[in-house]
Amino acid sequence: MAVLVVADHSDGILSDGTARTITAALELDATVDVLVAGEQAQAVAEQAAALSGVTRVRCCDDAAYAHRLAEPMAALILSLMNEYAVVMAPGSAQGRDVLPRVAAVLDVAQLSEITRVIDSSTFERPIYAGNVLATVVSEEAIKVITVRITAFEPTAAAGSSAPIEAVAAAEAPDLARFVEESVVRSDRPELGSAKVVISGGRGVGSAEGFKLLEKIADELNAAIGASRAAVDAGYVPNDYQVGQSGKAVAPDLYIAVGISGAIQHWAGMKDSKVVVAINVDEECPMVQTADYALVADLFDVLPELEEGLAQLKAH
Amino acid sequence: MKILVTVKRAVDYTVRVRPLTDGSGVDIANAKMSMNPFDEIALEQAVQFKEAGLADEIVAVSIGDSGSQDVLRSALAFGADRALLIQTDSVLEPVAVSRILAKIATDEAPHLVLMGKQAIDDDASQTPQMLAARMGWAQGTFACGLSMGEGEVSVIREVDGGTQTLALTLPAVVSVDLRLNEPRYLKLPDIMKAKRKPLEVQTVEELGVDVSTKTRITHFAEPPEREPGVRVQSVSELIDRLVNEAKVL
Ligand SMILES: Cc1cc2nc3c(=O)[nH]c(=O)nc-3n(C[C@H](O)[C@H](O)[C@H](O)COP(=O)(O)OP(=O)(O)OC[C@H]3O[C@@H](n4cnc5c(N)ncnc54)[C@H](O)[C@@H]3O)c2cc1C
Ligand SMILES: Cc1cc2nc3c(=O)[nH]c(=O)nc-3n(C[C@H](O)[C@H](O)[C@H](O)COP(=O)(O)OP(=O)(O)OC[C@H]3O[C@@H](n4cnc5c(N)ncnc54)[C@H](O)[C@@H]3O)c2cc1C
Repeated sequence: MAVLVVADHSDGILSDGTARTITAALELDATVDVLVAGEQAQAVAEQAAALSGVTRVRCCDDAAYAHRLAEPMAALILSLMNEYAVVMAPGSAQGRDVLPRVAAVLDVAQLSEITRVIDSSTFERPIYAGNVLATVVSEEAIKVITVRITAFEPTAAAGSSAPIEAVAAAEAPDLARFVEESVVRSDRPELGSAKVVISGGRGVGSAEGFKLLEKIADELNAAIGASRAAVDAGYVPNDYQVGQSGKAVAPDLYIAVGISGAIQHWAGMKDSKVVVAINVDEECPMVQTADYALVADLFDVLPELEEGLAQLKAH
Repeated sequence: MKILVTVKRAVDYTVRVRPLTDGSGVDIANAKMSMNPFDEIALEQAVQFKEAGLADEIVAVSIGDSGSQDVLRSALAFGADRALLIQTDSVLEPVAVSRILAKIATDEAPHLVLMGKQAIDDDASQTPQMLAARMGWAQGTFACGLSMGEGEVSVIREVDGGTQTLALTLPAVVSVDLRLNEPRYLKLPDIMKAKRKPLEVQTVEELGVDVSTKTRITHFAEPPEREPGVRVQSVSELIDRLVNEAKVL
């Protein structure tokens, strides 16, 4: 069986989510090719070729894919699908945008955000905000799958390099035009792959308040997340949102500061190994369900925590 | 301009759904049902376009059992002009829903289709993109901003790392995210008025669309429960436990 993994990348860097999707693909006992599309995509193709388990990289270096819009991307993937039984992508903004378009043209059901490969046609995926795990059997001729990247480890670097083959751009009608983007580059680890995440909620009160979380994130090399309420209030950018309608995270340590712990928030962080709640309300679900709960005012706790962590590092 | 808005009846977002003990399904027989929250946002956007004189007609469509008439009545109260229920007792995969919606979009010929970015029960986040592909139309997913131009619609999308703005040639499909707007509260007079607006019911069989797929859920399980946690009294106790007990620092 051959699987095509559609790579995610930005600024010439292959995403960690792509390496995790390759791991999921390898669990199908398949040969795994990676499709890298973009403008000046060669450097990304080389990163993909260096990953363990990759048989071949198919590189489409063309300005048509500069922003990887869904319409041309779907056309490109479809132009290769006579060679593959499965197409997979990370469940990122790009994967979620593009793959359903491919599935619709093939007229097959898509499996969204799988968390486990049970066998070559059986998968597990969360539904109802992660409160139910569904075992799904797909007997579609071609399987179209997005992967919950936090559920798989990234594939390691290989000692060698897989061949890189150029593929031609596919014809697609001009339906959507890129106007602009406003993307914030951060030096912090990605939310989806960070070992430690510290998230703030409405209780943090302001963008200013998030500075307290940043200092702790510096100490712990953590990613910063937020509840929907904190994002809606404009304390932090939209892509900080953790939850059912934001990002899924699964760090070793998740610190929830001033977050009440709604079902929709838990949906995004319930696979964290250790959850810490810092909250004044001992009745709230975050405190009730966390592994460690400190019932106290965050504005007292955070400076103390920062100091304690700095001391720990000094030792 | 005509806008088609899709509304799905889903388990209310406040309900914590559990699987049945035998794993054959989910325990939602008596659960509170509501309009999928993302679809309320889609409707609100459509109504705002109409109020701004940018749209003349809003058609709401739902696919589901007869209970879905509720959410269509709400859609009419929001400001949709008429509603269409495609009735089925089967649970449909997004790909099957998109076949039905493609038939409706072909018949109704809207300029814009507004949908939720995901339904909060199945969280598939597929149907809008699938409809766009079937129609050969542009798609703007995860929209947090929308403005109408000459023959096109401009969409600000929430993407990894920030936002992206696209201009889509009409007709197009847009799937809306939470921050697009704050849906209005329904007022009693609007709810009364909605009772007199047209709501047409057709069965999937009458529509003549094949809704079969080769995918099925064979088991519904509860995710592993977390062990009960501990209450720590101080920051130093917290750090100590994270280092020595949990070993995550
Ligand atoms: C369709 C839908 C999708 C959603 N998707 C998401 C999602 O993806 N992610 C998400 O997070 N939410 C999501 N939500 C929203 C969710 O239901 C909650 O409303 C939201 O998570 C609440 O955010 P919060 O915990 O920050 O705010 P609140 O619930 O207001 O909690 C604030 C907390 O801060 C505490 N606090 C206040 N002051 C202090 C202080 N000084 N020190 C310590 N603690 C303090 C309070 O005790 C309280 O527990 C969604 C909702 C819907 C309907
Ligand atoms: C065995 C099984 C049992 C299930 N049981 C139930 C159940 O009892 N009740 C239940 O509600 N779901 C149930 N589901 C989930 C159901 O299959 C999904 O709702 C369906 O697959 C569509 O996915 P989605 O709604 O997540 O689509 P998404 O692609 O996430 O939906 C995005 C948007 O598409 C539009 N849309 C999607 N579906 C419809 C629709 N039917 N009518 C109008 N607009 C729509 C809406 O605008 C929505 O916001 C079950 C699934 C399976 C496989």
